[in-house]
Amino acid sequence: MKPFSYARTSSLDAATREKTTGATLLAGGTNLLDLMKLQVMQPDRLADINRIDGLRDITTDDAGNTHVGALATNSDVAAHPTILRHYPVLAHAILAGASGQIRNMATTGGNLLQRTRCVAFYDTAASCNKRQPGTGCDAMGGGNRMNAIIGGSEHCIAVNPSDMAVALRLLDARVRTRRAGGATREIPMADFHLLPGATPQVETALQGDEMITTLILPPAPPGRHAYRKVRDRASYAFALVSVAAIMQASDGYMRTVRFALGGIAPRPWRIEAAEQVLTGQKVSLPALSHAADIALAGAQGHGDNDFKIPLARRTLIHVLSTLARETEDE
Amino acid sequence: MTFPRKSIGLLRTSLSRRIVLQASAAVTGMVDASLSSARTSPGRITRSARANPGNAQHGITVRLTVNGTAREVEIDTRTTLLDLLREHLHLSGTKKGCDHGQCGACTILIDGRRVLSCLSLAASHDGAEITTIEGLAQGGHLHPMQQAFVDHDGFQCGYCTPGQICSAIGMLAEWKAGWPSLVTMEQTERHPHLDIADLRERMAGNLCRCSAYPNITAAILDVAEHSA
Repeated sequence: MKPFSYARTSSLDAATREKTTGATLLAGGTNLLDLMKLQVMQPDRLADINRIDGLRDITTDDAGNTHVGALATNSDVAAHPTILRHYPVLAHAILAGASGQIRNMATTGGNLLQRTRCVAFYDTAASCNKRQPGTGCDAMGGGNRMNAIIGGSEHCIAVNPSDMAVALRLLDARVRTRRAGGATREIPMADFHLLPGATPQVETALQGDEMITTLILPPAPPGRHAYRKVRDRASYAFALVSVAAIMQASDGYMRTVRFALGGIAPRPWRIEAAEQVLTGQKVSLPALSHAADIALAGAQGHGDNDFKIPLARRTLIHVLSTLARETEDE
Repeated sequence: MTFPRKSIGLLRTSLSRRIVLQASAAVTGMVDASLSSARTSPGRITRSARANPGNAQHGITVRLTVNGTAREVEIDTRTTLLDLLREHLHLSGTKKGCDHGQCGACTILIDGRRVLSCLSLAASHDGAEITTIEGLAQGGHLHPMQQAFVDHDGFQCGYCTPGQICSAIGMLAEWKAGWPSLVTMEQTERHPHLDIADLRERMAGNLCRCSAYPNITAAILDVAEHSA
């Protein structure tokens, strides 16, 4: 690990000031410390935000929105009665990720800012446009089993590895931020993670002096929730493909449908047009296949990850048809 | 069914290997500068900048309670809790497996919660209450989880065992508090007892390369049933 200076911050003002002058913020550290040991990330200064008051709370406002503090741990969010009752897909996605120990450390804000697990990104001897812009992409030519089949560019095919983010995108969550000077804004999850294009090193909409303070969950749509994660082993592995969905069906017709995919793209992959073709339709294999076609339009494998295209289709159709059956039974 | 000789033998082996390694490092001087300064006992580190000469910004003082004892240590900012425990406090019961959060061998309890000490920056945990494998036995009696691992032969080489035991203690506290798991999310009703599928999911962060999982599972289930 490269030497760095360390500052303990106790206010949002202090933290955003530190960020303005180039410090990297430290929350749970589960991804940052790993990357620093490998020298994939080499910050000169860490600003520890763990002592800032009020960032761990989970509350509900009068309009029915649930506010999750940026420092609320994965464990605290997944075990919270409000989350389990109203947003089970979020608890399910969180519990599908990492391990018990890591979920006790990792935070909500940190989860959204975690880096890709692309092999080329992690290997400092490999070329990676995300780690070192302009050097090329070694994942493109091979060793890309975990990489993206959609949303990537010729410069980068890294996947966003988060399970939590897939559920947050499904729920239309908003990311509340604060900038140096105190200005706040809310960024919809749809706009928070950026596609790589020609600048894969720019991963989120956050500005240099901006930090996440809260996640806002609007009331979830009616229906049954599901999160299905397909991976190389039964637990404690990143997704090859994951599907988060909420559906309400009655009399054989889908009334409300939402779905998003993880493990296949640089950001949680949700195509609203694919949901719209299902709304009001009879549950059938052709209808679900048509929605999968729209959601995965333009998908392209890079050799080792070709299998993800049929796997994503089948997992999506399986989750939606299972949900349709279960929601009929309720 | 107990195997006391086995556990004593393991302890002796690891201690003597450690002493040999430290002695040979001292003789040959073949340990890199940051490692050798980290190996120095905390009382002998008088200048925090030792690991980074000329830059005092890279040193910090951390106060912790470890197994009930207050400790104050001057460390390089890069020090993880794992290295602080092993190299500064000489509590080598907590193991360094992968050092990247993939194996669980370094699991400790901070304020009662199981965490990975290899991914915990020591500077960030000033004031924390830490329990390691060395702090579990009380009054000459093994912690029930330690005793269960002995009774069920819940290990082979023993390297992952301290992490398994600390993780299991934290996991049972989580289970008793009603925390969900991936398995309970897929069940329609809450099981009154910890079932094996749930246990395996909750312990998925602790790998055992000897694959002693059946006996590890039996040991944890034993404690879960007797403390439910």
